[in-house]
Amino acid sequence: MSSTEPVEPPPLYAAREPIFPRRVSGAFRNLKWALLAVMLGIYYITPWIRWDRGPALPDQAVLVDLANRRFFFFMIEIWPHEFYFVAGLLIMAGLGLFLFTSAAGRVWCGYACPQTVWTDLYILVERWVEGDRNARIRLLRQKWNFEKIRKRFTKWTIWLLIGVATGGAWVFYFTDAPTLLRDLFTGDASPIAYTTIAVATLTTFAFGGFAREQICIYACPWPRIQAAMMDEDTLVIAYREWRGEPRGKLKKGEHDPTQGDCIDCMACFNVCPMGIDIRDGQQLECITCGLCIDACNEMMDKIGKPRGLIGYMALKDENLERAGGHPRNIWKHIFRPRTLLYFGLWAAIGIGLVVALFMRSPIDFNVTPNRDPLYVIQGDGSVRNIYTLRLRNKAGDDTTFKVSIVGVDGQPVDGLTVHLEGEDADTVTVPPDETLTQRLYLEAPAGSPLATADRTDLRLWIEDTGSTDRDSSETVFNGTGQR
Amino acid sequence: MSKKPTKKQDVATTGHSWDGIEEYNNPLPKWWLYTFYACIVWGIGYTVAMPAWPLLNGATPGLLGASTRADVAAEIARYDAANEGVEAKLVAADLTEISADPELANFSQNAGAAVFRTWCAQCHGSGAGGQQSLGYPNLLDQDWLWGGSIEDIHFTVTHGIRNEDDPEGEARFSQMPAFGKDELLTDEEIAQVVQYVRKLSGQEFDSAGLGDGETLFIDNCASCHAEDGTGDRAQGAPNLTDAIWLYGGDVETLTETIYNARYGVMPNWNTRLSEAEIRAVAAYVHSLGGGE
Repeated sequence: MSSTEPVEPPPLYAAREPIFPRRVSGAFRNLKWALLAVMLGIYYITPWIRWDRGPALPDQAVLVDLANRRFFFFMIEIWPHEFYFVAGLLIMAGLGLFLFTSAAGRVWCGYACPQTVWTDLYILVERWVEGDRNARIRLLRQKWNFEKIRKRFTKWTIWLLIGVATGGAWVFYFTDAPTLLRDLFTGDASPIAYTTIAVATLTTFAFGGFAREQICIYACPWPRIQAAMMDEDTLVIAYREWRGEPRGKLKKGEHDPTQGDCIDCMACFNVCPMGIDIRDGQQLECITCGLCIDACNEMMDKIGKPRGLIGYMALKDENLERAGGHPRNIWKHIFRPRTLLYFGLWAAIGIGLVVALFMRSPIDFNVTPNRDPLYVIQGDGSVRNIYTLRLRNKAGDDTTFKVSIVGVDGQPVDGLTVHLEGEDADTVTVPPDETLTQRLYLEAPAGSPLATADRTDLRLWIEDTGSTDRDSSETVFNGTGQR
Repeated sequence: MSKKPTKKQDVATTGHSWDGIEEYNNPLPKWWLYTFYACIVWGIGYTVAMPAWPLLNGATPGLLGASTRADVAAEIARYDAANEGVEAKLVAADLTEISADPELANFSQNAGAAVFRTWCAQCHGSGAGGQQSLGYPNLLDQDWLWGGSIEDIHFTVTHGIRNEDDPEGEARFSQMPAFGKDELLTDEEIAQVVQYVRKLSGQEFDSAGLGDGETLFIDNCASCHAEDGTGDRAQGAPNLTDAIWLYGGDVETLTETIYNARYGVMPNWNTRLSEAEIRAVAAYVHSLGGGE
């Protein structure tokens, strides 16, 4: 059966419902304030930490030096060919999100996401300038008069200043912070710095001030992906409707035994930054920030009912509680095969990266045999091979490297001469923080086994003459292949 | 079991119904729609401002006059301008001082390699190994026909070898007689000289077939290749005593060389490359391992 009568189509687009989160206090609110202070503190202070690396290198502890293609992180310095460390960190970040989501739900969204942190900060400013929920609703409905203009203007100005500070701190990660700060005020900083600050300012202003929950609902892929991470053991925020329903207003002096604990005060809805009613069940919009828990607990305390009408809970517990049982210990939800697997992967990559980091040879070089031509015959019939030797000096001052060749058995090779382009000796000095590319010539006398064989494996040793650190690499010597 | 709470608002449907199947209406936010419209407006504006609409010959140029070709030209001009200083310094410098000056050495290594790969690699190979079967000299060894000092290499690159095109007429010039073709020597005599040249270069030779080889060599070849066969760089006459052969040291190739002679030509580059480019490529070739 199909209805053929024309139906007036309902509107397919809806305006954003303004949300006015009320002030709330409680354990989760305090936790969020603390995390907000810590994370903003890390963000703003990190570029200003100094770290002495000698005169030739920058003294900023955390610096992404795009121009020179270097990444500095305290005692660690990463060159472009070691970018797999950064890739490893990104994989760890991804697995970490999986781990936290499967164990504790959307804690990233609720506590740590920059969108949440900055929106919290912006709402704090909004409340400070325009008053709490009711005052803000009144102001919205109010005609544009002096008071409204003043309050809106003050709020937007502070928002913009926060935005500038946000973008301003971002650029400090990419160049020397004290120099850049001075240049920003004198107008000497690069146009890229100003553009970056402008873009970050405007996005912060728009996302934190106006878009807010729209970013989470429509722009962010994470709420979609999280569904795959969650199961019946994952902690989510739930309303114990079997305890709260049927809801009803509390009337003074009356006690209705059929009525549930929920007094329909709407406190949970009023504090919600996402504008949802948690009593409708788990929803895509819920970022599990826990503010409704604080609001409800406060109310339960007032009316003398036990706390926890709204709380963190796993789906398994809900079924247990409905059947009259007790919830399982929270650690039983957190430690389960899935989270242990994620943690295992996360830790394995982490340990792998740390091991790789400390196993890095202090000497960084590579040697490439010239393939065009494979060998050169000299006037006296000796056979020369040409190699491209690339030496990286990561130290803060000149380093002299010595080149030597042995056979794969570790024994010296008879008659083979080592000769570096432009140097009479077999040593070469590389300036600090530079890569030196130098030709290396090996010459085997006429008729020697190396000269007549097709190819011979060799081992090239590079020794830092200052520290006696050394490292080796296998290479080959191409002969004429004719005896 | 308590009953489930009624939702504050049930999700509306679009009103369509197909065999009883209805479609939920979860409205998109209006800002999304406006962003979509804004993108359309931006797109139209973009096609006006930037090259976009294909025409018979090319495309509409766009009001902003953007052109990637012009960008490349500007970038090349920018690099040229940036290199002006070091190029002037390279032209003014003494040729032998280039390798000692880090700035000039670095510039000539990179610029010289680029010039080499563009103009020289066709004959000498991208690795400068030459090609023996065609007589293109290997530039990596220590054997030089006309000299391996940087001045010699610079002169050779500038004027070339055995060409008529050098405007200054300075091309290096010499000619080996075609002993067989022009009937200066008989086939038998040529065979004897071949054996003698094999002997000179320390290769296996047929002592029975040597005959008058030495006398013939001294009479006919020594004026250029010297009595001991070590050659003469002033005439570009190769050293015949070493292990390096321009065309090859086997009996067949030597016979061919003596019978028909060889006449290798290299173009002059002074009309095609700037002095700075010639100096850079000379320094580059000089640094490859054989430079003297």
